[in-house]
Amino acid sequence: MSASAPDTAAKPRRGFRIDLKTAGPLLALALLVLLGITLNENFLSYSNLTNVLARSSFIGIIAIGATFVITAGGLDLSVGSMAAVIAGVMIMVMNWLIPTMGIGWGVVLAGMLAGILLGGVAGVFNGLMITRGRIEAFIVTLGTMGIFRSLVTFLANGGTLSLNFNVADVYRPVYYDGVLGVPWPIIVFAVVAIAGEIVMRRTAFGRYCAAIGSSEQVARYSSINVDNVRLLTYILQGVLVGVAVLLYVPRLGSASSTTGVLWELEAIAGVIIGGTTLKGGYGRIWGTVVGVVILGLIGNILNLQSLISPYLNGAFQGVIIILAVLLQRERLTS
Amino acid sequence: MKLAKTLLAAAVVVGSLGGIAVAQDKVVIGVSVPAADHGWTGGVNYFAQQAIDRLKVTYPNAEFVFASAPDAPKQIADIEDMVATRGIDALVILPGDPDAMTSAIKQVKDAGKFVTVVDRQLSINGVENLYVAGDNPGLGANAAAYFKEALPDGGNIVILRGLPIPIDQQRFDGFMAGIKDTNLKVLDDEFANWNRDDGFKVMQDFLTRFPDIKGVWTQDDDISLGAIEAIKQAGRENDMFVVGGAGMQQIIQAVAAGDKLTPVDVSYSPAMIATAIELTTAHLVSGVQVSGRYVLDSTLITKDNAAGFLDASSPF
Repeated sequence: MSASAPDTAAKPRRGFRIDLKTAGPLLALALLVLLGITLNENFLSYSNLTNVLARSSFIGIIAIGATFVITAGGLDLSVGSMAAVIAGVMIMVMNWLIPTMGIGWGVVLAGMLAGILLGGVAGVFNGLMITRGRIEAFIVTLGTMGIFRSLVTFLANGGTLSLNFNVADVYRPVYYDGVLGVPWPIIVFAVVAIAGEIVMRRTAFGRYCAAIGSSEQVARYSSINVDNVRLLTYILQGVLVGVAVLLYVPRLGSASSTTGVLWELEAIAGVIIGGTTLKGGYGRIWGTVVGVVILGLIGNILNLQSLISPYLNGAFQGVIIILAVLLQRERLTS
Repeated sequence: MKLAKTLLAAAVVVGSLGGIAVAQDKVVIGVSVPAADHGWTGGVNYFAQQAIDRLKVTYPNAEFVFASAPDAPKQIADIEDMVATRGIDALVILPGDPDAMTSAIKQVKDAGKFVTVVDRQLSINGVENLYVAGDNPGLGANAAAYFKEALPDGGNIVILRGLPIPIDQQRFDGFMAGIKDTNLKVLDDEFANWNRDDGFKVMQDFLTRFPDIKGVWTQDDDISLGAIEAIKQAGRENDMFVVGGAGMQQIIQAVAAGDKLTPVDVSYSPAMIATAIELTTAHLVSGVQVSGRYVLDSTLITKDNAAGFLDASSPF
């Protein structure tokens, strides 16, 4: 993905400098919140805000993985389908273990473990095909996107896989309950985001990702093991998809061929709105978080009003996304 | 449904009588359906394959070509291939997007094949020999009739719609016509794309927005399942009821058990594809006359008649 030509534009070296480019996504978020407040008085209610954040957490966690992949000059289109197949397998594993383990947290934990493992394995497969197989990331993950999507349809026999009702009752609190009124998905999203920010800013791995994304050749000459770092980004992505699915399954306790459709595009859109460059070389996790929250709020606001015809929802979404990115691009020229 | 079953039984009986006399060559029947992108189309795929497996045994000289396509261009390519390379004698098609596919289906007809269209009306009349469909306006009207009965004094309701395609509009119009001149007030309607996750999101936001909701019409059971979770999360399951559509097993079980949140459902069975395949096969193999329009009723499923709609082997 990365171009060998040197990037002539001066990149901001530190993410903490207060400039308008940094504030771009925050500005868009603030405008959106203002719009929400004017449209509906319940917008700022605690339950609405936790609803939106909890709903956004799946895409958010996946998008944090995508930030690393994209920063290192890669791309993963398979995450939505991967989420669906992981959800399907988790449900099957849990249903299958009930006769031996009984109803309880044991089954749920085994299912969670299976989900994370499968995510990791899927990430290893994507990563190896790209780094060792030397195939374009776009093609590999387009291929696995189709494979995973078909697999879940096949596993569900064209229908829906449903978690055993009793286990679903045990597992349910993972989505609906939380600590001090903050639902678990939001807590996990926050923890993953903070850890991601630290890894991106403060570790060699984060810097290697940016270096590879901005120039693979230079990174290679600087004795960075480009293939291994890239491979790691795809494994991290896979594991984070697994984590997202752990939180998704307890919500409805089912998986079908519609699970996770277009999540890959939402995740990528969140990453780009947040200020990470699509061609790699520069990434910021907190921006991704803001980007994903913006996307979540757009959907929420559309449902909270009757002014815009539901036929135009897609157009409204498109306009907001383009505006959010435009706000940042203008900073570059000023 | 009953009408179709009678017709079907008649067709099969006549077919089996005439079948012995007709010792012809193999007939090839192409079956083209949209990919299983939600529960209902998943059911269509399941019932189509089940019908094919069964009919292969019944009619040894019938051969089937089955294809499932994610979008209109792929589905058009599928049927072109069926005509060009598989030499089909008849086509049974559930067009994903009927408007986009009308001319392609007309070409199959012009090539002298027997054409059966399922569920979705083409944009030109008279292309198909046989039309088998569910009753979409009836689905809306039956749901509306229940709302009138359940809320005689009126009240606030919200509507979760499917995808913006003609079927959804027919259901919606049928429903709105049914509640005209009542005190039922539709607070808002939004698309939930026949999808559980979207049903959950839209319902969550409706609950945030409206403190008083008496009834929810989702016109699809996948949407219902998502909406129900959102209602339970908000702890408002005693304030309202949800009416879906399609007859998903999970919902019918709840109806049969007398669940207050889902008191009724409206049938719209994906098994209509099996009816279409059986009729077409009977016609080709045994020369049974089947041309015409077959509309399967969208029946109101209540606690009393739910048992008749339960089918443990159905994945939908």
